[in-house]
Amino acid sequence: MSTRSIVPFGPQHPVLPEPIHLDLVLEDEKVVEAIPSIGFVHRGLEKLVEKKDFNDYVYVAERICGICSFMHGMGYCEAVERIMEVEVPERAVWLRSIWCELSRIHSHLLWLGLLADALGFESLFMHTWRMREKILDMFEYSTGGRVIFSVNKIGGVRRDMDSAMLDDFLRILDGMSAELKELTDTFLGDKAVAGRLSGVGFLTKEQAHDLGAVGPFMRSSGILRDTRTTGYGAYRHIDFEPIVSTAGDSYARTDVRIREIFQSIGLIRQFAAKIPEGDINVTVKGFPQGEHFMRVEQPRGEAVYYVKANGTKFLDRVRVRTPTFANLPAMLETLKGCQLADVPVLILTIDPCISCTER
Amino acid sequence: MPQQRFKKVTPEDLVAEVLMLKHENYRLIQICATRLPGGYELTYSFGLEQDVTHLRLTIDENDEVLSISNIYAPSFLYENEIADLFGVKIKFISLDYQGNLYRTSRKTPFK
Amino acid sequence: MAKTELAKSPWLLHYDGSSCNGCDIEVLACLTPVYDVERLGVINTGNPKHADILLITGGVNSQNEPVVRQIYEQMPHPKVVCAVGICACNGGIFKECYNILGGVDKVLPVDVYVPGCAARPEAIIDGVVKALAILREKQQALGKEETAKEAASDATAAV
Repeated sequence: MSTRSIVPFGPQHPVLPEPIHLDLVLEDEKVVEAIPSIGFVHRGLEKLVEKKDFNDYVYVAERICGICSFMHGMGYCEAVERIMEVEVPERAVWLRSIWCELSRIHSHLLWLGLLADALGFESLFMHTWRMREKILDMFEYSTGGRVIFSVNKIGGVRRDMDSAMLDDFLRILDGMSAELKELTDTFLGDKAVAGRLSGVGFLTKEQAHDLGAVGPFMRSSGILRDTRTTGYGAYRHIDFEPIVSTAGDSYARTDVRIREIFQSIGLIRQFAAKIPEGDINVTVKGFPQGEHFMRVEQPRGEAVYYVKANGTKFLDRVRVRTPTFANLPAMLETLKGCQLADVPVLILTIDPCISCTER
Repeated sequence: MPQQRFKKVTPEDLVAEVLMLKHENYRLIQICATRLPGGYELTYSFGLEQDVTHLRLTIDENDEVLSISNIYAPSFLYENEIADLFGVKIKFISLDYQGNLYRTSRKTPFK
Repeated sequence: MAKTELAKSPWLLHYDGSSCNGCDIEVLACLTPVYDVERLGVINTGNPKHADILLITGGVNSQNEPVVRQIYEQMPHPKVVCAVGICACNGGIFKECYNILGGVDKVLPVDVYVPGCAARPEAIIDGVVKALAILREKQQALGKEETAKEAASDATAAV
């Protein structure tokens, strides 16, 4: 029997923009076990509810993570709105859904770029991020921010998108589609890329279920579930069918996310066609009392926001269960049996977001 | 529309209740602790398709709770988090970090 | 020659202290098309021993403090530290969190502070340019020190 050795991985590592540490137990080059150690970006922001009132906490919520910022702010606001039984204007709900899908495109492109970088495919990384900048331009145009927008407030949104702006966006997205097709065909068709992704890091449907995986990571193992079908946002008014694949390997995860990018463009087109006129926010009076579990489908999967309020301006508890936290156990499973050299790419295939995970 | 259902359980019944949900093919969504005066409120959320069942128990400050990590493997991360940040005593976690999952400068900050 | 020309192609190392990721992706955005600092000779490296400038985002907590120190110590002299984003400058919105010690300057000597939440790519590039000037100064100071040392050892040898 070959001897076992333990190789530390991270927290500072060239392919990871964020710190996570794994102790990899190896038999020669083969990984037999991985033990995570987290907490390098733990700030403790859930406890800030004691110092910031429930309106100000929106700014903290959207800084849980700079990639999924918009949806964190929205998830928190919707939880408080449901406790306070606020009737959010329809137009605001639709606008939120449009920003959600733009965020998904931006996040998936960001991930594709990082994946290309981890594979050593530098030019593909650059082109993917060049496309992503177009989405960031739309964010800046519509909200004023590239990364953190602060457009959500309890009771609605702060900015509107008029029809001229929406038409502009659709035109840009149409222009992007052809270029995106060429780009994503490289991911799915290039032999070198396929060689790194196909048949690597399998996760079966049963494992995905038992280990509590969520999002595209879970859907590429054959489980059809997407929180967008639970009736929040404007998704119930349009055609939406979750994207799923049965292969369960790294290639399937790439494929699912790429199809989600094109799906999101389609969703934005549907939203823009049907968005109702009206106000974009209502004034909210009083303090919340009660509790609510709100679920939102982020680019990385289902996120859970729990808010408990006591009738004062300071909340009792805010708790966020982020998708990467749920995906960690399944990620550790996919690492078992892989080669040491594949570890960085496999970690990336779950699209990890560590600052979400540790809050 | 998906349903959310709350069910109160006692610490003694927790493992049996969780086993029942496991048998019905529920998945673990999350475990959450909230500080109450003199104790804690723990909420275990399980999902079946889009429906959610929350098991809720209230414990005193020094009560011990059994881990469910032998039934739901991913619970070890949630349980370590609750032990580290709230100081809830959880017994028999499959992978117990002994307070080192989050190496915070202030121990059990939510306590 | 190498002593002065290094500042024309500085290598960057990026580390995420305990930021929300917003500044980190903006640091990466600086390296990709549209902003593209590589056209100025700046290269992003993952190896501290290759790096001249440390771009650090987010505040510092007790768990990553030794990591940050170690990365800094591994970098060769002269080196410049650039704190990117308001959290790295003074803790920002997370200042009051129980697990945040404060800005990066609590553990490292910071040379350049880049404000913003998230710091915009233009601001980050501006910060890097400022860091270059400081790098050049430090290089010259180091060069003078070495010349003085050499002169001193020559003098001893002559005796």
